[in-house]
Amino acid sequence: MSKDEHILSSKILTIIWILLLILTYITYKISQIDLGYFNVLAALTVATTKAALVVLFFMHLKYESNLIRYMVFIAFLILAIFIGFTFFDVSYR
Amino acid sequence: MENSEHKDFLGAKIGMWLFLFTEIILFGGLFLLYSVGLSKHAEDFHKAGQELDVLIGTINTLVLITSSFFIALSITTLRLGKKKITVFLVGLTILSAIVFLINKYFEWTAKISHGIYPDSKHLLELPQGEISFYNLYYTMTGLHAVHVLIGVIILSIVCLLIVKNRITGNNFIVLENSALYWHLVDLIWIFLYPLFYLIA
Repeated sequence: MSKDEHILSSKILTIIWILLLILTYITYKISQIDLGYFNVLAALTVATTKAALVVLFFMHLKYESNLIRYMVFIAFLILAIFIGFTFFDVSYR
Repeated sequence: MENSEHKDFLGAKIGMWLFLFTEIILFGGLFLLYSVGLSKHAEDFHKAGQELDVLIGTINTLVLITSSFFIALSITTLRLGKKKITVFLVGLTILSAIVFLINKYFEWTAKISHGIYPDSKHLLELPQGEISFYNLYYTMTGLHAVHVLIGVIILSIVCLLIVKNRITGNNFIVLENSALYWHLVDLIWIFLYPLFYLIA
């Protein structure tokens, strides 16, 4: 970890924090309206967006080496596969 | 002789990420259970979820997101050589974690005083889907709360190491890895919050 490695500016971190607060407000507001199945979809879309912001900026992944980036991508891919494939089974029973 | 000490920061970071993957798979299994439960008992999950306190859930979400921001900011301030602010920010993160746990305590005691806890007489009389919902609620938020508690311990040690100059602007991997752990705890809550408190 040499000195020249990337330092996240406090400005970017503050912007991400405010975005996360706004997204929390949005997801709370959407949940107050009854949209049926769309509620689940909207809640998960907002949650995934928030997760992406946390992983990319707070967890610094955007600025990491390709090795770590691919590792994280594969880990989430495996999670998606095992949840997705379970639903191929559950949905068609 | 400190300079001759070999430190592999990239290796340390990769090791931390590998540990986080095991955490993702651990919670992933529980999320899988939840989603299958939701698809099988949509009505019951909906009804049981309405019993949860959305206000406490929302406050805790804001608290955790803010604590994540503090710990991310602390790495920046440490590297810029602002030690005092860094200690202050790590302290704020610990404080937020404790606030989170206090809220959780009140939330759980309210539920338990209503007779809703695993294997309670009242709970067993409810429909199958609601029982699953509450069991998952206690397991998942409970396991998450254990992680918050471990986070408090780890961050307290980190705070002490910064004060003692064992973690510095040139040697901050311990702070960085602890922050990664803390962000993961936040990340898991980002999904727990809509699934338990909002989808109802």
